[in-house]
Amino acid sequence: MTDTTLTPPAHTAPTVFTRDQLDWLPWLEPLAVEALTERHLAGLVDAARAKSPYFRLLARDPDVLGARTRTDKDIFYNPDAGLPRAERELAATATSRSNGCIYCASVHARFAATYSKREADVQRLLDDGVGVELDERWNAIVAASVALTATPVAFGPQHVERLRRAGLDDLAIADVIHAAAFFNWANRLMLSLGEPAAA
Amino acid sequence: MSAAESDVIDTLVGIKPGTTLDAIRARRPDARTHAQVSFRALFTPQDLGDVSAVERFAVARFIAGLHDAAEITAFYADGLAASGASDAVRTAIDAALAESRATGPYGRYPAGPLSAEDTAGPAYRASAETTHGLGRRLAAAFEHTHMLVFHPRDAAAPALQALLDAGWSTTGIVTLSQLVAFLSFQIRVVAGLRTLSRAA
Repeated sequence: MTDTTLTPPAHTAPTVFTRDQLDWLPWLEPLAVEALTERHLAGLVDAARAKSPYFRLLARDPDVLGARTRTDKDIFYNPDAGLPRAERELAATATSRSNGCIYCASVHARFAATYSKREADVQRLLDDGVGVELDERWNAIVAASVALTATPVAFGPQHVERLRRAGLDDLAIADVIHAAAFFNWANRLMLSLGEPAAA
Repeated sequence: MSAAESDVIDTLVGIKPGTTLDAIRARRPDARTHAQVSFRALFTPQDLGDVSAVERFAVARFIAGLHDAAEITAFYADGLAASGASDAVRTAIDAALAESRATGPYGRYPAGPLSAEDTAGPAYRASAETTHGLGRRLAAAFEHTHMLVFHPRDAAAPALQALLDAGWSTTGIVTLSQLVAFLSFQIRVVAGLRTLSRAA
């Protein structure tokens, strides 16, 4: 079989960062739902993810997908101290804003707004970009995420100092590092294997 | 994970048992375990499938070099040598790095209000000599990798078609994309935790 890229159906591409629900359209053929084996389902982790073309495309390498998903869940959902969930989502949003992943930013800006109840601040980050003035604690988390997102990595002791002055302990700083690092993983998959569409 | 297998992130950061950073990583045990499982699934999978071990380590070595990450570069260079890569490939990776340095992220947005944020930067095309040394498949992978590392928002379907045209399968492209994306994560965790450990 000669593989080929897919042409997405007619759709409206978002041209701004938004907290609206977006769709994601793949450029390569996901596995068919009926073709999923035990190993693929194990890679999807949650059976409901079989509905998502993104996860059914990544399921072509199921072991990597399964490990990616379990890494993701612990970084964002582990409730044991460290950085509050809202600020883990803030780091994910800032990273996605810096790399330019409109889809990822939409999902995690919604989470950041929901958990922090600071919808206006989250929206300003989307609208104005990573140089926006929020409050010092959020500014420090955004700046650290952006420095971690740069290639080569620009995160240095000054970022650690600023996060500590803003009240983060070392577990919370490690959570910022992991949340930003993980979105450098996720953004690259979302940006390069398909495209967002207005729902 | 076998007891004999050491954790790559711990090794690259220099985390010793009983240290503060060891205790911090232990608070996120699944993230620690599955970062390692991801590494193993990408570099020593049950089945290499459509991407050879040489290709996997060559791409990782290239990405580490693009990040100026010395210890990680040395780690994947060792893996590349052990995978049986030829001298020609190893020389061509150095040549590719010399001709593709950049600072990211940059790239373009869909035309509209975000166009004001478009940032110019190079789109890497391997020289004829580098392509010869890497081979067509790996040269195409390096060009794609460079985009994913530095300007992922420029990604578009034709970039995937270029990989298909160079002999990559759809499943191979998924594995390649995960390689680049995972390395982007691993390098940042290592850099971040190392900085944190030294800022005591």
